[in-house]
Amino acid sequence: MEKFEKLTAVAAPLPLVNVDTDMIIPARFLKTIKRTGLGKSLFYTLRFDEQGKERPDFVLNKPAYKAAQILVTGNNFGCGSSREHAPWALADYGIKVVIAPDFADIFYNNSFKNGILLIKLPQEDVDKLMEDAERGANATVTVDLENQEITGPDGGVIKFDIDPFKKHCLLNGLDDIGLTMQKQDAIKTYEEKHKAEQPWL
Amino acid sequence: MSAPRTLYDKIWDAHVVEESEDGTALLYIDRHIVHEVTSPQAFEGLRESGRKVLHPEMTLAVPDHNVPTSDRIKGIDDEESRIQVETLVKNCKDFGVELFGMDDIRQGICHVIGPEQGFTLPGTTLICGDSHTATHGAFGALAFGVGTSEVEHVLATQTMIQRKSKNMRVTVNGALPLGCTAKDMILAIIGKIGTAGGTGCVIEFAGEAIRSLSMEGRMTVCNMTIEGGARAGLIAPDETTFDYLKGRPMSPKAGMWETAVAYWKTLASDDGATYDIEVTLDASEIVPQVTWGTSPEDVVPITGAVPNPANEPDENRRAKMQRSLEYMGLEAGTAMRDIRIDRAFIGSCTNSRIEDMRAAAAVAQKAIEKGRHVADTVEAMVVPGSGLVKEQAEAEGLDKIFIEAGFDWREPGCSMCLAMNADKLQPGERCASTSNRNFEGRQGPGGRTHLVSPAMAAAAAIAGHLADVRDLD
Ligand code: SF4
Repeated sequence: MEKFEKLTAVAAPLPLVNVDTDMIIPARFLKTIKRTGLGKSLFYTLRFDEQGKERPDFVLNKPAYKAAQILVTGNNFGCGSSREHAPWALADYGIKVVIAPDFADIFYNNSFKNGILLIKLPQEDVDKLMEDAERGANATVTVDLENQEITGPDGGVIKFDIDPFKKHCLLNGLDDIGLTMQKQDAIKTYEEKHKAEQPWL
Repeated sequence: MSAPRTLYDKIWDAHVVEESEDGTALLYIDRHIVHEVTSPQAFEGLRESGRKVLHPEMTLAVPDHNVPTSDRIKGIDDEESRIQVETLVKNCKDFGVELFGMDDIRQGICHVIGPEQGFTLPGTTLICGDSHTATHGAFGALAFGVGTSEVEHVLATQTMIQRKSKNMRVTVNGALPLGCTAKDMILAIIGKIGTAGGTGCVIEFAGEAIRSLSMEGRMTVCNMTIEGGARAGLIAPDETTFDYLKGRPMSPKAGMWETAVAYWKTLASDDGATYDIEVTLDASEIVPQVTWGTSPEDVVPITGAVPNPANEPDENRRAKMQRSLEYMGLEAGTAMRDIRIDRAFIGSCTNSRIEDMRAAAAVAQKAIEKGRHVADTVEAMVVPGSGLVKEQAEAEGLDKIFIEAGFDWREPGCSMCLAMNADKLQPGERCASTSNRNFEGRQGPGGRTHLVSPAMAAAAAIAGHLADVRDLD
C-alpha cells in the first residue's frame, strides 16, 4: 500500500448525503478481474448519461475539478453493500482523501485497507470546506496526516481526529498484509514447530 | 491436566501463531484452494506490491464457476468468463501455483477436488474464497470461506487474522430411514436451527447417524453448514476418514501415514468438553426433505404441503413467506408432491460425488426397468463434480443408465448451482436441484429452485413433479 503523509490538491464538492456504494460503482461493473481500472466507472450514473456521454454539470466533469484528489461530501458516505470495489474505484480514479461528517462502517474500514484517508469532521467544518471547494481549481487544500491538520485555500487550519492505529498504517503504507509481514519471524518460528509436529503437511 | 477441549479448540490451538489481548489471533493456514472468480484481484494485489505467494506448494487452483459443462473443446463463449479463467491460468503460472486446468482430468468443483486428491487432511486449517469451503470440515479440517482481501492475505502470509468462534454441537442420534440421505439430514437440521442458527459458531456434527455416513455424505452435511449460518462445520476423523484418504495422490505416504493417523486420532473432542450451544435430532424421524421457499430453512417433508403464511405469528416472517410464495409461484396448502417441475439438476459441491451419482443412477435404473424415463416435460442434467468422478461413474456404467433414462450427462463444474456459465433456468422455470441455495435468481433470473437429494431429484425428473423417492419401490 502507498504511504500517505501530506497531500496538496484540488478538493471537489459533492454536497449529497447517503452516497451509497451503488452510486460509487454500479453492480454491473463488478464482473471484473481487476481492482484497478474501476476509476472510469466511478460514480457512473452521476457522471454519464444513458448514451455514456459525460454529464457536463457533474462536478468531476468540470475542467476545474478533473484533477481533484480530495472529495468533500455529505453524511453517511459509502453506505450499502460491502463491496471492496467502491474504494477500489475511488483509489483508481485518484481520490486519496474523502472528508465528510460521517461514513458507513464497512466502507470506512475497506477504504483504509486501500490507502484512502477518510476524515470525519463536524458539520460546520465540512460546510466551510465545501464552500472553499466550490471556488474551483484555485481552491487547493492541504491535508497533513502527521499533524492531523487540514489547511484551506485561505490558510485557515482545521484539526481532525483519527484512530492512531489507522494513522500509523497509512503513514507507513501498511495494509493488513504489510502488518502481518512484519510478523514474519513469528510465522517462521511457528512453521518450524508446526512442521516438527505434523511433518506430513 | 488441561481442561477438556473440543475438536475445534484443538485445531484452533494448534494453529495460533500469535494472539493479541483483544482476542484477535493470527491463524496459520495449511491449505488454500483458489478459483477463478474471487482470486484475480488478490493476485493483482500481490503483483502491485511486489509480493510473492509465500507457499505455492500449499496452494491449489482450479477453474470451476465459469467453465462450460458441454463442448469443452470449443472453449468458453462468454468473454468475461473466459478472461476470468485465462487470468487464473496466467496467475498460477506467474506465481508457481499448481493448477488443474480445464483439460485436466482432475479438474472439478474446488470442494470436490480437494478431498479427492488428499489435499484436504484432518487437523488442518483450509481456506478458499468461497463460502462452501465448510465442506472440507467433513475430514476434521477447520475450513473457512473468505473474501478477496483475505485470499490475498493468505497467499502472501499463509495466515489470516481471526477471532475464535463459539462451539456448537449438533448431535444426530439413531439411523436414517430407507430413502433418506445426508442431504435430507442437513436440510432437516437447517429446518430446525434456521439459517442464522449457527451464527458466530463452528458446528461440530456428532452422533451415531453422522458416524454412519460415508465421507461423501459427511461432505454433504458440512457443505451446508454455511446455510445454517455457521462459518465452518466439523466432523471428527475416524476409520471412515482414514480409509477414504489412504493412497490419495496428496495424502501422507507410507511411513508418514501411520504417524499422521496416530495424530488424527487425538483430534476428537475430549469427553467432558463443553459447547456453547447443543442441538439434538433423531435421524429415524427424518423424512425426505424438500424446500418450498427462497431460503434453505424453508423446508418441509416431501409428504407435506406448502405452508400457509396466515399461520405464521411473526409479522416479518409472514411477509417474507408471502414474498417467497409469490416468487416461487406457489399456493399455500398445495401438496409438495403435486408441484410440477421443468428442470432437474444433479450436481454442485453439495451432491456431485460418486455416491450421489450412484444414488441418482439407481433411481434412473429402477425407472428403466419399469419402462419409464425422464418426463417429456422435464429437462434433466447430471453434472459430475470432477473429471475423476465422471471417469469413475463411466467406468461403472452410470452414464449409460442416465442417458438411457433421458438425463443429460455433462462435463464437471459448478454449472447450474449458480448459473455463471451457460447452464441456467429461464424466468419462471421450476427446478428440482441437488445444490445448496434456493435464493431468488440463484439458478438464473426468475428461476425457482427446490432443494432435494440426488435420489429425490432423479425421482422428480422421472415423475415430472416433486416426488417421494420411497414411492418408487
Ligand atoms: S457448486 Fe455452487 S456452491 Fe459449490 S462452489 Fe460451485 S457455485 Fe459455489
